[in-house]
Amino acid sequence: MAKLPLEGIRVLDFCVVWAGPFATQILADLGAEVVKVENVHFVQPLTRGFWIRPTKAQLEGLVPMIGGYPDLEPGQRPWNRCPSFNNLFRNKYSMTVDLRIPSGMEILKRLIKECDVFYENNVTETMDKLGISYEMLKEIKPDIIMVRVPAYGSTGPYKNYRALGVHLESAIGHSMIRGYRDSDPTTNSAIYMGDYAAGAQGAFAVTAALHYRKRTGKGQLIELSQAENAISFLAESVMDYTLNRRVQGPLGNRNNFGSAPCGAFPAKGDNDWINITVSTDAEWEGLCRAMGDPDWAKEEMFSDQFSRWQNADELEEHLGEWTSQHEKYEAFHILQEHGVPAGPVMHARDCYTDPHIRERGFFKRLTHPEAGTHDYPGFMFTMSRTPPVMRQVPCLMGEHNEYVYKQVLKVSDEEYAEIEREGHIGMDYDPELV
Amino acid sequence: MLDQALEGVTVLDLTHYIAGPHCTKLLADYGADVIKVERTGGGDPARHLGPFYEDDPHHEKSGLFLHLNTNKRSVTLNLKVTSGQFILKELVKEADILVDNFSPRVMPGWGLDYPVLSKINPMLVMTSISNFGQTGPYRDYKASELVLFGMGGEMHSIGMEGREPLKQGGNVVQYEAGAVAAGVTMAAFLAADRDGQGQYIDIPILETQLGGVDRRHAALLAYQYSGQISTQQAGWLSGALASGTFPCQDGYVEIAGGGPLFPRVIKMLGAPAFLNDPKWLEPGTGSNPEMVEEFNTFFLPWLLERTMQQVWEVGQRARVLCGPLYNTADLLKDPHFTGRDFWSGIEHPFTGSIDYPGPPFRMSETPRQIRRSAPLLGEHNEEVYGHIGYSKDDLVRLRERDVI
Repeated sequence: MAKLPLEGIRVLDFCVVWAGPFATQILADLGAEVVKVENVHFVQPLTRGFWIRPTKAQLEGLVPMIGGYPDLEPGQRPWNRCPSFNNLFRNKYSMTVDLRIPSGMEILKRLIKECDVFYENNVTETMDKLGISYEMLKEIKPDIIMVRVPAYGSTGPYKNYRALGVHLESAIGHSMIRGYRDSDPTTNSAIYMGDYAAGAQGAFAVTAALHYRKRTGKGQLIELSQAENAISFLAESVMDYTLNRRVQGPLGNRNNFGSAPCGAFPAKGDNDWINITVSTDAEWEGLCRAMGDPDWAKEEMFSDQFSRWQNADELEEHLGEWTSQHEKYEAFHILQEHGVPAGPVMHARDCYTDPHIRERGFFKRLTHPEAGTHDYPGFMFTMSRTPPVMRQVPCLMGEHNEYVYKQVLKVSDEEYAEIEREGHIGMDYDPELV
Repeated sequence: MLDQALEGVTVLDLTHYIAGPHCTKLLADYGADVIKVERTGGGDPARHLGPFYEDDPHHEKSGLFLHLNTNKRSVTLNLKVTSGQFILKELVKEADILVDNFSPRVMPGWGLDYPVLSKINPMLVMTSISNFGQTGPYRDYKASELVLFGMGGEMHSIGMEGREPLKQGGNVVQYEAGAVAAGVTMAAFLAADRDGQGQYIDIPILETQLGGVDRRHAALLAYQYSGQISTQQAGWLSGALASGTFPCQDGYVEIAGGGPLFPRVIKMLGAPAFLNDPKWLEPGTGSNPEMVEEFNTFFLPWLLERTMQQVWEVGQRARVLCGPLYNTADLLKDPHFTGRDFWSGIEHPFTGSIDYPGPPFRMSETPRQIRRSAPLLGEHNEEVYGHIGYSKDDLVRLRERDVI
């Protein structure tokens, strides 16, 4: 089998929550050896779960993506069972070291010598406090590629501001252009586009820097401000302001391109919805045929794309009456047969039973030693010559200590025992930590 | 002039609208030579989508197009005719990467699929971005931003219970797919350089959502683990205290302060006496309506006495995860981003100098450089076709026959 594209590239993963781990997961899927650096004496907030030792009651109070542990049981080592963690740590290694004591920093320095990329997404001051900087890394490994992914930047007034994706997206204007057209923003829900943008583009940044290193032998420092990085995903809204000084507001499910109908319409069933977007006359004609050419659709007010856009509210009311007589998958197939862009609003169960997703083999069955056997969401891409593979199940904390210390750092058995005595090695958090 | 990370990489860009152009924009902005192949006639349809400079719907004034196509060169080419296909194959000989985002039947229909092109250039990395992928029962189905998010993303859990679910703002799903495609394409390029052999990459936008970090990946696994399906949870009804979108004096703020983060909220509020009770740190506070009301009786007025900026500052001092709900006008004047010189003023013959979103990330050795603004339609026909041997007379003939 062909070598994976990033085989031989070692990445030290100092990442928390989602934005950083998503980047290193893409790199791991592409073949890099990603080593997550953890500490059994310190809890990275919101990473291996909301709490590392939640009670069953606490799990039940959380949204499923955070609290949906296997069978809703915390288990012996809950930190190895959180869905929002386990889905970002396949194909990665985990080692533990206590960076709060000097011997920990010595171990880290030895690790830095053996890695190609150092990736972190902490608040700027966290790395400062640990004494970790690009200069420090470069001293040890001159061609290292360091990626820093703070919320707003490692300089400027917000350099130490903390945020999840939803907060920085609010600060860059995303929250004000999403949501119901007839309500204030408090009726909206949290989304995390900023984590996605940071992860995907951070992974790209690493590949670009690797190419440059290959050509010139030089490493570099990459600073990715999660906020700045995500702004370009909202370019239409930003450019409307810089071109026309227009401040856009929420559009609900409509778009800026004059499509009509354009929305989520009720389908037969319990809270089921079908999305439909019509942007051309041909799509409109298809929609009319799909509905059996009802009389209302022949009215002059719906005769061309502009008039449909102008009268979208009335049009969508009529359309909703038709969609509510059909189940969402049924409407989906009827509409697609007539060339109309349409799709069911799918929840998790729909995804697992969808024939297209299954036929493409998107889900991968894995047996995790502390979570059991399940179908995991798979890769976002396929490659003909170097297809991504599930080389490893999501890493348990400290699972690869022996590998990292003895094989990567070439530590002797005696030295390993000493390192263990110093408290660096472990697979369990300190009992008093929550 | 500083180095560029992707200098010397040649990309043939057969993309249009948003997902594909965002992918090739990343390659172009960090130094690749991206030749954008546009259809004869109107060019990339994104040229006809707004916002437009001075609201004038002219194909050289689309802000969307101008943003997505910086640092690229543009040629026109009619791929429906044999001479057009022949010219494309000539270009493929000199390319490292080809990116397209046609629907899956289009490139094979023109005889331009990977098996054909890889015979011409075995080193070629070809990336196809499509709605549902190159295989599978929905391969030929049509989609939109909304349709793809509804199927692939966590749309069903956004919004208020009892109302229609909501998409995100703008076209972020397509940007996300383009960003994933850029990294995977570059990795394949590194592998081609190492192994002397290219390959074909299939990027379904649907799967970039299903596997994406914005809640969907975790919601899917949570269903496998626990059988639970996420539901719509809006505003501060998100099951935790001080979590969600709240009104304040001059707008709204977003806060996540529940569970293990609640002590930070107590600190932000100046540790009022009633919050000394240990009951506030026990599990389940957020789903206890009486406690929610008791807390909000204090919290909501506290917010209304403060501006977005004040809440943000006081909150950050207590390490509370929070942020203001800015609109674009607020964003463009915020001192953090202007102080970091984020906004890029870019000159263009039809608009003069306009501020664009700046670099997504900053590379110390190879910073992003704007070498040229988005190209005019067919601006580089002579340059590009001249380079592969077409004379000025040839180009006249090709233009007459609507090949370029």
